[in-house]
Amino acid sequence: MKRAAYILVRNPLSLTGVILIALVVFGALFADLIAPFPEHRGAVVDFANFNKPPEWPYLFGTDLVGRDLFSRILYAYRISLLLGVVVLAIAVPIGVTIGLVAGYVGGWVEYVLMRITDVFLSIPPLVLAMSMMGLLEPTLTNGMLAVTAMWWPWYTRLVYNLTRSEKEEGYVLAAEVIGASRAHTIFREILPNCVPSIVTKMTLDLGFVILIASSLSFLGLGVQPPTPDLGSMVADGAKYLPDSWWLTVFPGLAILVAVFGFNLLGDALRDILGVDQ
Amino acid sequence: MTGLLSLRNVSKVFTLGQREIRAVDDVSFDVVEGECLAIVGESGSGKSTIANMILGIYPPSMGTIAWRGDVLPARRELRHRRAIQLVQQNPLSSLNPRRSVGASLRLPLDVHGIGDRSHRADRVARLLEEVGLPADFMNRSPAALSGGQRQRVAIARALASESDLVVLDEPTSALDVLVQARVLKLLADLRDKRGLTYVFITHDLSVVRNIADRVAVFEKGCLRELGTTEAIFANPQHAYTRRLIAAVPVVADAEVALRNRLMENDDAAA
Repeated sequence: MKRAAYILVRNPLSLTGVILIALVVFGALFADLIAPFPEHRGAVVDFANFNKPPEWPYLFGTDLVGRDLFSRILYAYRISLLLGVVVLAIAVPIGVTIGLVAGYVGGWVEYVLMRITDVFLSIPPLVLAMSMMGLLEPTLTNGMLAVTAMWWPWYTRLVYNLTRSEKEEGYVLAAEVIGASRAHTIFREILPNCVPSIVTKMTLDLGFVILIASSLSFLGLGVQPPTPDLGSMVADGAKYLPDSWWLTVFPGLAILVAVFGFNLLGDALRDILGVDQ
Repeated sequence: MTGLLSLRNVSKVFTLGQREIRAVDDVSFDVVEGECLAIVGESGSGKSTIANMILGIYPPSMGTIAWRGDVLPARRELRHRRAIQLVQQNPLSSLNPRRSVGASLRLPLDVHGIGDRSHRADRVARLLEEVGLPADFMNRSPAALSGGQRQRVAIARALASESDLVVLDEPTSALDVLVQARVLKLLADLRDKRGLTYVFITHDLSVVRNIADRVAVFEKGCLRELGTTEAIFANPQHAYTRRLIAAVPVVADAEVALRNRLMENDDAAA
């Protein structure tokens, strides 16, 4: 803990990351309390106040049907974070398990698992997600599915390489000589030594998952209206640039803050957990 | 004299691409119950390959290894794993940095179902005491231990399964000289107390002289010479053995005298 505090204080960028993410998470969790117009997250119209530039009480202005952008951004964060957490909660266990097994068992098991992984890695991520979203209904669940499908192979690669080097350590030989099961050696001996790298990557990835999900909805393939989503807000506003600049700039900044914040936080965690680059 | 462990015409061939490397070539010898057999040779002499085959990391390419008369299969049974244990050279690597000392020591107890589940923590404490460490070390991480203390934990782990034969793979070469002497003393005491058999792999002939009953000299995968420690040192038969012994740094009479004087002072102080 002391070490963590020291690293945060010494590195202002790390501290910035912690603060940004704390604000984003706080805003998303307590959107109901913070948002000045919580009902604006849904299909509400208020033509009396439509397309207003930032002015009190509309901190970030209003959109074309008169909804408060600040409130909608808070609720969009909620969806983005939920999506990021769910995607990683599914992709990471799958990717990590495949990587551990391929790296430890070796032989034809390794060959088959890693070639499958390579196939997924060889398709550009956004193209894979776009084609999946094109085939499926564009709903939040399918969006998560599409992003998950493109995300697990990166964890397989990471953990596979870690496992291959951990396998050479004496503690793995010791477990084998004792007669421990493969499951024990993989999950109780090797996995704990991979955890710092996995946690660091997960933090960095939360930002990227949000970015990819926003890209998908920017293209109209993600979360559908009236659910607020940062990507579709940017897309809707882009038609009215530069006059109604607030429609695009604030959702865009919101994406930037989240992605940038998770990146800085990931770097900070890497320093704190002592992960080799 | 039948061996606890008998190797008969054991060879090991590794294939590296097109090339075949004969790491061990037609080796036969017995390890007698209760003895300390030193296996010496340069790196690349095949001594580590022999150790790995004894431990069942991989089977021999040809020949057989028998335990108390039973030929060991390629896939070891748990009871054989329990009987033959290992202490590695580098305790920094052999203990998992992410698991506590207690967790590492408990593993052999859990795997082999030794003792009552609820009494295993007591057993771990006793093991630690047996190797001269306080029982509360079980909650520590290996990173919080010195090299000598880590090696003591590794020794305790090798004993935890109530093993009969321990392969000691250069157990002291990563330690500094004073710690080395204490660890060797501990190994000698444990052997007396538990009636253990050691296969001591080393290239340090002065260690061999102190602890081994018999010496097996390996060169290029072949067993060049096997005999009692006195016989090998007094009258080495093979040219390679003579070269190995000749390579040991000679201690001058003046240094011996100095050491004796220092030890006397030490004894007087104690």
